[in-house]
Amino acid sequence: MSDLRLAFELALGLVYPIDPTLLEIVLLSLKVSLSAAVLACLFGMPLGALLATSDFRGKWVLTLIVNTLMGMPPVVIGLLVYIMLSSAGPLGWLQWLYTPRAMILAQVILITPIVAALAREVMSEQHRQLHWQLQSLCVAPARAVLTLLYETRYSLLTVALAGFGRAIAEVGAVMIVGGNIAHLTRVMTTAIALETSRGELALALALGLVLMTIALVVNATVMALKTRQPGQPLGHA
Amino acid sequence: MLEPIELLPLVVADVSFSIDRQALLANLSLRLNSRGVTAIMGHNGAGKSLLLRLLHGLLSPNSGRITWNDRTAADLDTRRHQSMVFQKPVLLRRSVAANIDYVLKLRKLGGHAERDRLLREADLLASAKQPAHSLSGGEQQRLCLARALATQPQVLLLDEPCANLDPGSTARIEQMLIAASQHIKIILVTHDIHQARRLAEDIVFLDRGQLAEHSQHDSFFDQPASSAARAYLSGTLVTDRSTG
Repeated sequence: MSDLRLAFELALGLVYPIDPTLLEIVLLSLKVSLSAAVLACLFGMPLGALLATSDFRGKWVLTLIVNTLMGMPPVVIGLLVYIMLSSAGPLGWLQWLYTPRAMILAQVILITPIVAALAREVMSEQHRQLHWQLQSLCVAPARAVLTLLYETRYSLLTVALAGFGRAIAEVGAVMIVGGNIAHLTRVMTTAIALETSRGELALALALGLVLMTIALVVNATVMALKTRQPGQPLGHA
Repeated sequence: MLEPIELLPLVVADVSFSIDRQALLANLSLRLNSRGVTAIMGHNGAGKSLLLRLLHGLLSPNSGRITWNDRTAADLDTRRHQSMVFQKPVLLRRSVAANIDYVLKLRKLGGHAERDRLLREADLLASAKQPAHSLSGGEQQRLCLARALATQPQVLLLDEPCANLDPGSTARIEQMLIAASQHIKIILVTHDIHQARRLAEDIVFLDRGQLAEHSQHDSFFDQPASSAARAYLSGTLVTDRSTG
């Protein structure tokens, strides 16, 4: 019990004032996961909009694939990206393996289906409501999609934050393709796994505290955004 | 001297529409050539809302032809001169003013002065900065009507705009419609016999997807030609009808 208490005290000492090693890991985590979330939104949201607003041959199959990929285990994605980026793989020439770029790629593949599926859900509902009205106003298809994106902006921001939350909490894929190399590819989740296995609970706990704080801030932001939606009664997210 | 409405006459020629082999409209023919308000009436499932969507070019008939002054209903330029108000208010998640601005910008039709004029006529100027979804049901429908009028239509199509509204809200909507009907053609789907009496100059009565009659106001309410309209006006319970 006293060991645990000591570990907590040491963890708090690392967080404030912040330890340079801890800061480095936190910053790399944010860089990797924010980049992955932005890229996943760039790919996933238009895909979600396409699935929500268009009827085309193969839509059912594409929706099925997106929904299936949502449940793909991160370690499997990590393995696939590893195979692609290894020197014998089709993307080996990029020489991204064991770099933050490989970690971003793995996270993009992991969260793009999540972003696309959630965006499709959000936009389908709004599209169902607005479709006839926009048709009646003779709004061109491209402008209709832009209107739909604007109308669902708060919900889509929530989707983006959900993607970021999934990315920053991920450990399996980034461990495989990043290698958890100190000062290069070590992020919060991989560091927690390593330090725990080494019995260094203080750093693991400090990272856990930072990770929890980030999760708290993300969730608080999501709730605040939902309550700020025009026409939404306060407190009804 | 009133300017003629370029889109008229509206000619519906032998129009049928079916879904999954179920005929929702069958061999319907109709001609409208006068300004003012035409009411489309009939029981639930008679095809009133469907007809309105076909007239507006939102749907295409399976057979037959709908033309506005010889131009097909689906023609984009024809549709740009029409506006439609739906039964359930459909508003953008923006302020009251921004809902009007959206249409004015879309059609490049005017600035803030025009927007304020439309809001004043809808008695919504004081609520201009409020989120549109925070308005009451009647106010939301007035905003939808103001937005529809913002496109400066020659023809206004309304699908039961006063359904679920209280008498006060209904009266305000009707005032706006009476004012608008001086300049444009209005086609109004309504279940409300009293509303049709107050507003319509002629009535199109549908019965199970077919035209039962198209009569002028007085003859429809005093001496309806069809048994279906007589039963409807007298409130006789008619069995063996689809509902919806």
